Amino acid sequence: MSAFVKLEHVSKAFDVSPPWLNRVLERKPRVFLHAVSDVSFEIRRGETLALVGESGCGKSTVARLIVGLYKATSGRITIDGQDMRSADDTSEAARALRRRVQMIFQDPYASLNPRWRVADIIAEPIRTHRLITDRAAIERRVAELLGCVKLTAKDGEKYPHQFSGGQRQRISIARALASNPEFLICDEPTSALDVSVQAQVLNLMRDLQREMGLTYLFISHNLQVVHHVSDRIGVMYLGRLVEIGDKRQVFGAPEHPYTRMLLDAIPDLKMTGKARTPVAGEVPNPLDPPPGCAFNPRCPRVFEPCTRERPELLPAHGREVACHAVTRMARAG
Amino acid sequence: MTDFVLLEVRDLRVEFPTRRGVLTAVDGVSFTLAPGEVLGVVGESGAGKSLTGAAIIGLLEPPGRIAGGQILLGGERIDNLSPEAMRKVRGRKIGAIFQDPLTSLNPLYTVGRQLVETIQTHLDLSAEAARNRAVQLLEEVGIPAARERIDHYPHQFSGGMRQRVVIALALAAEPRVIIADEPTTALDVSIQAQIITLLKRLCRDHGTAVMLVTHDMGVIAETADRVAVMYAGRVVEIGPVAEVIHSPKHPYTIGLMGSIPEFDHERERLVQIDGAMPRLDAIPPGCAFHPRCTRVVERCREVRPELVAVGTTQAACWLVKG
Repeated sequence: MSAFVKLEHVSKAFDVSPPWLNRVLERKPRVFLHAVSDVSFEIRRGETLALVGESGCGKSTVARLIVGLYKATSGRITIDGQDMRSADDTSEAARALRRRVQMIFQDPYASLNPRWRVADIIAEPIRTHRLITDRAAIERRVAELLGCVKLTAKDGEKYPHQFSGGQRQRISIARALASNPEFLICDEPTSALDVSVQAQVLNLMRDLQREMGLTYLFISHNLQVVHHVSDRIGVMYLGRLVEIGDKRQVFGAPEHPYTRMLLDAIPDLKMTGKARTPVAGEVPNPLDPPPGCAFNPRCPRVFEPCTRERPELLPAHGREVACHAVTRMARAG
Repeated sequence: MTDFVLLEVRDLRVEFPTRRGVLTAVDGVSFTLAPGEVLGVVGESGAGKSLTGAAIIGLLEPPGRIAGGQILLGGERIDNLSPEAMRKVRGRKIGAIFQDPLTSLNPLYTVGRQLVETIQTHLDLSAEAARNRAVQLLEEVGIPAARERIDHYPHQFSGGMRQRVVIALALAAEPRVIIADEPTTALDVSIQAQIITLLKRLCRDHGTAVMLVTHDMGVIAETADRVAVMYAGRVVEIGPVAEVIHSPKHPYTIGLMGSIPEFDHERERLVQIDGAMPRLDAIPPGCAFHPRCTRVVERCREVRPELVAVGTTQAACWLVKG
């Protein structure tokens, strides 16, 4: 399998400087928030890559960079060999690329236009991309899409407020599927839903992947959900990937101390009574990250190079890890 | 645990009168809370768990009202107190912790001022003694450099630290019961673990009873002694936490447990409960869960099941034999 989606050294900085007048009068410098720094990974066709991490780690920014809602400050994003930077122009090739990439957002209450009927919401991508022009054929396609997400054609006549949260998220999925995409980016698709409804949506997403051969980038802070849906997992901390690999490797035998900490922090449903070690401290201010490895102030395995030098993402034990302690062990062993 | 009952809720009913008729959001809920006990209340959005908590601390938003039942604290009724009398109970005897720490703190006052105000409202302390106690509380909830941080404003604290301040506020007057409504939902997992550990330690040290309202079964498993599962305004199952998690009796609890993805056994598909919780204006007759239940029998559609004891737990289901 070849790489379908490829990110090479992608970075995104947001300018959060004070206004021009303040900078001049108070001699304040320009300030940049490095939301994503030097992130590289690949997603193979038909697989699910999940990105996990706590709020502010840059996982949603990565999603928005890939669909083209943000422009990368540096680095290259290619989808099926085509550069995503070209996606904001109006050429036919760019339009075709955008059709193949769709996104599902977290909040099904905010991502559907409340004044549109569901049928019009789902038909919008079909009309925008002029996939079908015949009115009756569009209607048939919308009915078919509603069927895909276990709703009925009659539901198309209703407005979003007439549906529950889970049903609304299924409408979002139907809309995303309307342009026959190959790649779906799902940014916390079930975080706003109750667990029993979350299960409905996750099962549906898996069935659709099977039937249509979809590739997913799945973003979530819920580790159990990520483990359930993904093939590979990337763990992010303060804008950087700290560990990425097969899910059984990454979650079964985590190498990076941060991945371990995240896994340790999950409440134990089995009630085995095993003692958990809640890690002290919090995510540092992203405007002023600590030197060296950004995790060093909270890391139990911190040693001298960690505060000086930023660790590179290097292969170790069947996955890639950015940690001085792990690479040293791997070299020694 | 002793047999002594600190808080007792008897047949509580919360209603919302609307133009289209009266909606019953909490319907016949009963439970007890012993000193030092943590009772978890789980359920999905709209199950009535937060409203039950709000009714206990007397913070139901109008037009919501307690339409029936009793709430007893240390044997005395508190559901029929005047707003003035209830204000003295709230904070002094019952503390509250809410989901969003940013909205439970006043952004215009320093955390110290808010703590001192709460302490002086309920305890007869001088300004200086109250301030010392505030510092001590902040230290107790794990805020580093409490003596300096006390003069900071809420926005100068991170989310996890703010929730610690809220816990300090709830503990300020040493209440006997704390109603914690989704105290960790707005926090990241690593911070959530810290807050749960803190809450558990404080309650053990002070002998405070906690009613922990959450939708997260994991948090309940970690923290609670007993758990009540709510569905459509009613308690459908209540019992010791290990019993409810490992051998749930009610089909809804069974479904709920099955729909949580787990690490150690990988499944192709999750158990899903089809449909959604009914709206308050369309609660089905009989057992409210019957339209979603896979094991429904004739009687479920007509007669509402009451809680019956099965071993150490109680479940409200016709299939459960007492």
